[in-house]
Amino acid sequence: MKNIFLFIRQYFTFLSFLLLQVLAIVMLGNASKTHQSFFASAANEVTGSFDTRYSHLRSYFGLQETNRLLAEENARLRNLLPANFLSPNTGKKYVIDSLIKDSLGHVRKFTFLPAKVVGNTYTLQANFLMLERGTAQGVTKGMAVTGPEGIVGVVVEVSANYCRVMSLLHRNSKVSAMLKKDNSSGTIEWDGIDPSYLLLKNVTKGAKVSKGDTVVTSNYSANFPPHLMIGTVAAIASESSSNFYTLKIKTTTNFYNIQYVYLIENTRYTEQVQLETNPSKIP
Amino acid sequence: MSSLLKNIIRFVLFIVFQVFILNEVPPLHRFIVPYLYFLYILWLPFKLNRFALLVISFIFGLTLDYFTGTPGLHAAPCTLIAYLRPFLLNLLIPQETTEQSYVEPGPKSMGWAPYGLYIGILTFIHHFYLVLIEWLQFGNLIYFIGKVLGTTAISLLMIFIVELLFTRIGRYRSNTA
Repeated sequence: MKNIFLFIRQYFTFLSFLLLQVLAIVMLGNASKTHQSFFASAANEVTGSFDTRYSHLRSYFGLQETNRLLAEENARLRNLLPANFLSPNTGKKYVIDSLIKDSLGHVRKFTFLPAKVVGNTYTLQANFLMLERGTAQGVTKGMAVTGPEGIVGVVVEVSANYCRVMSLLHRNSKVSAMLKKDNSSGTIEWDGIDPSYLLLKNVTKGAKVSKGDTVVTSNYSANFPPHLMIGTVAAIASESSSNFYTLKIKTTTNFYNIQYVYLIENTRYTEQVQLETNPSKIP
Repeated sequence: MSSLLKNIIRFVLFIVFQVFILNEVPPLHRFIVPYLYFLYILWLPFKLNRFALLVISFIFGLTLDYFTGTPGLHAAPCTLIAYLRPFLLNLLIPQETTEQSYVEPGPKSMGWAPYGLYIGILTFIHHFYLVLIEWLQFGNLIYFIGKVLGTTAISLLMIFIVELLFTRIGRYRSNTA
């Protein structure tokens, strides 16, 4: 017993060094899995408030660009207004209202919530965004995030007034995507090399891909609505050993200057994910 | 100004500078990420005991981690260099003269050559370990080595500039302080 104490005293510094190292590695290991510990949430509020102040300062420099983006988006949305379409005179009138259910039996599945970006990294291997919108404003874990030009990421951590978004530029990020041309689906990942390019993996070699093809979100994703813009094909790598293409995708979202984004709420998210994760009883 | 107060102010400044300025720099090249924050650890006073040094470095790394959203990622290399620091200092400086008359490591207290070696080795170890644990999941060797060397070079350049810009007065420890 005495020897043990002597040993601990002799190597006290080394042991405390090992302890701190293990602690750091364990925290890092847990970070990508659980984001719900109290401490993480409290730290989130603190760093969030710093990020807000800095973002207020920064947003003045980006006002022109933000205005341009919003104007472009407004123009695009105005073009979608029902008033712009001439319907053949069949005596029907199309009305779009904000009810959750309309008389034709359509059910609203996705709701878009605007949010301001107060923190953003793109130089690291694991990049996150901070948004100023939290549980108090209806944000939940797993919500999809899209910008005016293309998708941005997925919410991984929520506190009362802030949420942290795992950017597409994160080595663990995976989003289901497809080619707009022929709906061949694949997975969007990031190789950590260039923030302007993503990888679209596991696209079947049966797909007729060419440079410049549009890539959009697929129907298979639980959090992203289908047909949201992701980017365009910049290069095609065909591995001779497999039956799949790996495509290099130029993102339409400019991750360097994101100011405002939309959180997308899927009203049927829990239902869908529950069914997907529960193992089927049928063999 | 007391040493404690000076180091608390430095703590805040290094974090703010790293988070709000260096992390915002658009990537110039895929090998280059500007890191300067760990200089805080290299500048801590000589007389700090080793356990305190470890704990301070851990907290410092963790503070940065909560800003970048990766708890533990920077804390681990910070504790590593804090652990190695006293060994290296023992090797590099003549015990009798320097440690007793100066407060903290610097080109004035150690001389440019030993100080450069001290900074260079610890910077390299820091980046090597950081990139290693950042990358446990993927990576290829050439990119790995390129990234470690590129990042180390840019850090050393910045540290050199910082040393030239902010000449710290090589203050002698006196009985009154």
